[in-house]
Amino acid sequence: MATNVPVANAGPANKAGLTKNDYKGLSSTLCAGCGHNSIANQIVSACYELDIVPEKIMKFSGIGCSSKSPTYFLNRSFGFNSLHGRMASIATGALFGDAGLRALGVSGDGDTASIGMGGFKHLVRRNVPMTYIVENNGVYGLTKGQFSATAEVGLNLKHQGTNPYMPVDICMEALASRATFVARSFAGDPKQVKELLKAAISHRGIAVLDIISPCVTFNNQENAVHSYTWGKDHEAPLHEISFVPALDEIEIPGDFAEGSVREVTMHDGSTVVLKKLERDYDPTSRGHALQMLEEAERENLLVTGLIYIDTSRPTLLDGFNLVETPLNRLGDADLRPARETIDKINAMMF
Amino acid sequence: MTVSILNDFSISIATVNGSGSQTANVTLLRALFRMGIPVSGKNLFPSNIQGLPTWYTIRVSRDGFIARREQIEVMVTLNPASFARDLAAVHPGGAFFYADDIKLPIERKDISVYPMPVKALARTADVSPSLRDYIANMVYVGVVAHMLGIDMEKIKQALTFHFRGKEGPIQSNFGVIQAAADWAAQNLTKTDPFQVESMDATGGLIMADGNTAAAIGSVYGGVQFAAWYPITPASSLAEALNIYLPQLRKTKEGKATYAVLQAEDELAAIGMAVGAGWSGLRAMTSTSGPGLSLMAEYAGMAYYSETPVVIWDVQRIGPSTGLPTRTAQGDLTEAYFLSHGDRQHVILLPGSVQECFEFGWRAFDLAERLQTPVFVLSDLDLGMNQWMTRPFDYPDSPLDRGKVLWEADLEKSKGAWARYKDVDGDGIPFRTMPGNQHPAAAWLARGTGHDENAKYTEDSHTWEQNMERLKKKYDTARTLVPKPEIDAPSRAKIGIITYGSSEPAVAEARALIAREKGPKTACLRLRALPCTQEVFDFVQKYEHIYVVEANRDGQLKQILSMAMPDVAPKLRSNAHSDGLPLTAAWVKNAILSQEMK
Repeated sequence: MATNVPVANAGPANKAGLTKNDYKGLSSTLCAGCGHNSIANQIVSACYELDIVPEKIMKFSGIGCSSKSPTYFLNRSFGFNSLHGRMASIATGALFGDAGLRALGVSGDGDTASIGMGGFKHLVRRNVPMTYIVENNGVYGLTKGQFSATAEVGLNLKHQGTNPYMPVDICMEALASRATFVARSFAGDPKQVKELLKAAISHRGIAVLDIISPCVTFNNQENAVHSYTWGKDHEAPLHEISFVPALDEIEIPGDFAEGSVREVTMHDGSTVVLKKLERDYDPTSRGHALQMLEEAERENLLVTGLIYIDTSRPTLLDGFNLVETPLNRLGDADLRPARETIDKINAMMF
Repeated sequence: MTVSILNDFSISIATVNGSGSQTANVTLLRALFRMGIPVSGKNLFPSNIQGLPTWYTIRVSRDGFIARREQIEVMVTLNPASFARDLAAVHPGGAFFYADDIKLPIERKDISVYPMPVKALARTADVSPSLRDYIANMVYVGVVAHMLGIDMEKIKQALTFHFRGKEGPIQSNFGVIQAAADWAAQNLTKTDPFQVESMDATGGLIMADGNTAAAIGSVYGGVQFAAWYPITPASSLAEALNIYLPQLRKTKEGKATYAVLQAEDELAAIGMAVGAGWSGLRAMTSTSGPGLSLMAEYAGMAYYSETPVVIWDVQRIGPSTGLPTRTAQGDLTEAYFLSHGDRQHVILLPGSVQECFEFGWRAFDLAERLQTPVFVLSDLDLGMNQWMTRPFDYPDSPLDRGKVLWEADLEKSKGAWARYKDVDGDGIPFRTMPGNQHPAAAWLARGTGHDENAKYTEDSHTWEQNMERLKKKYDTARTLVPKPEIDAPSRAKIGIITYGSSEPAVAEARALIAREKGPKTACLRLRALPCTQEVFDFVQKYEHIYVVEANRDGQLKQILSMAMPDVAPKLRSNAHSDGLPLTAAWVKNAILSQEMK
């Protein structure tokens, strides 16, 4: 049904024997220049480079511009474009169908930080194993330009006036709910987006990736926090990041000078390599992470990179001691207790 | 003493909520049941953890009537706060047992009055002081057992069951009961006529509550995923899943074939269940009215995306928080229409504990066959009270997993299939599930407009065609849901339609109407919506039809009127809702008052 039309010049095959075309989606219907399109492209690249078979990924979204984007990548993956603010619950339930699948969700700032805040925080608290991307533009696009909960105080928008409320910081919320992977990036920095995506997808647990993704139509004023100009001028990467898959021989890229490199080993043996920039930052300390975000806000900086990681915590699924066979492939005999058990059950009643 | 009245009266026990009287009450109920006497027990409790008055009523009925009855012949009160009203409630000629530490005036001369030395006898119990207040309840068990003639051996059996054979508590509780019975034998003279005597009318039956039965039924239905949020009176259903799933559904290696998850709210509970249903699991959630309201949006999503999911609504009286510990059948129209836009849902209406079990498994077959949410509407009365019931029958049909395509099926069709295409003319399409590795298997579920291939479209014609197919699917449901239970004696003039926990009151009311030489009645107990052909035929057949239900607005009557507008004028609503189960007296009066007009 969702077969791709083979395209000439599809490029080289990856280790899964697939070309980049096998990871593509339909053409985007979002605005030209929308940060979300760039992120969709990086999802395609990240999955291709990780050699993941698309049938082994489930994609999810809620409602909003961002939530439309699962149509624009991984055509060969099952997906559920769910309800506004309700991606967390649909993904949580779906993961039990086949615990061998990875999950990747795309939400927005309204979908996550307003209507879906409760579900988001509980998903995080449960360490649901999925990549949770927030395409964060501080504005409601599909309903034509209202403030979102991540919009900065004092932001002026056409027809809306001035935002009087303090913004929600998605990374702080994730940390407060004990996320095991928190990162922030900027859609205008595709290389970093891709490397962080690869690390997030490889993380076993909840990986929250807050990507500032400017809305070119409703919120791209030069001085606005969720704009290309502001992002480019104020981005302060914590480190240069690169991701080395488990099966590759770990080879630290040449420009990563010794002594300034930090490696984080993921559950599957792959490694995130972080090259120290001017600051010395420890992404395994929740306290430091919160403090760093606090300082960045004070200094008016868009700090990007891997903010926090903990590879030791069990995931939601680990707690259920499930059978090896995917639950959705169990046979009738596994599901219905044997006939002789019914007498025992009746005997347990008075 | 006058002529004795055997096995036909009601007992009401008035205590303070949280005082541990449930063990005592259920012990009496079970002992009577073991004596072979038909019984029903109803707990009328407040929304409170400790302190407010609570009543437990036990009806003994040699004729097998198990509906609630207003009349109380035997009152037992341990609660000073309700003493005056309890005293006033005793039927003339009845018996009034009370804890003798309550020093309040008793001015009635038309009843028998028995003081009980509850505190004095409890002090003699061989238990730690912390348990003394609890065990004090056993004093009334002993006194009442002696005065009514309840078999002490059966009391012991009931205690043995309750304490799972643990000798310590059995002995200490039974010790108090025996001491109280002995005290009564020496100190009380029976002046009331109420007596019990062993019968043989409960053989082969068991006692259970509907929520436990629903959970066990779901386990036999192969439930793989349940998400829920605590709410009275539904919580014990999910909690029973946590008791019975580990016993029945682990592999030899001790691995689980299921998952039960307590969600953060009902929005999430149904979202998780829909996610699990979409990924190919037998998924359910259980809630009550307020939770059902929160589930509305996902119910519509499940209907439109055609995702199987089972939703149990153990109804309580609403709207809003309402009376959260009182019963009603008030969520029928809500469930039927739940969510926005066009739709009706498939609803199952269990009328007994055994049927809670049966619909527990059957609901999954229907949900997966029809790829739609299936609602099961129980209520507090059915769900939380102990009922006599036939033992649970092992499912009589294999699991029906519906129209599913796996890799081998898609290889055969060379990948040709369409998620929302009506291949068989029954409105039900085929589906694939995540994990299917065929490159043509995947599709994106969505609440937005979609074509046969599940692709986004805003095309008007496609939208309308799809909605017409869903309507056709609902007509297919009409042929698959459980048929009603009909009792249609020849020459019956009027029909009665009822459902769920209102049926016992209707059954007894029909006997009362017959005794009073009223019109001959036929009865249809509805077991599901949409209506099957039998329901249409039944309404056609009788002059007029009374629709009896425990809500204010006559919700089933509304739904039936819409389903059969041409005969709707024949339908008369007998609806009543005060938080308590219907009584036969009310049903009889409601029908006869209209018949006499």
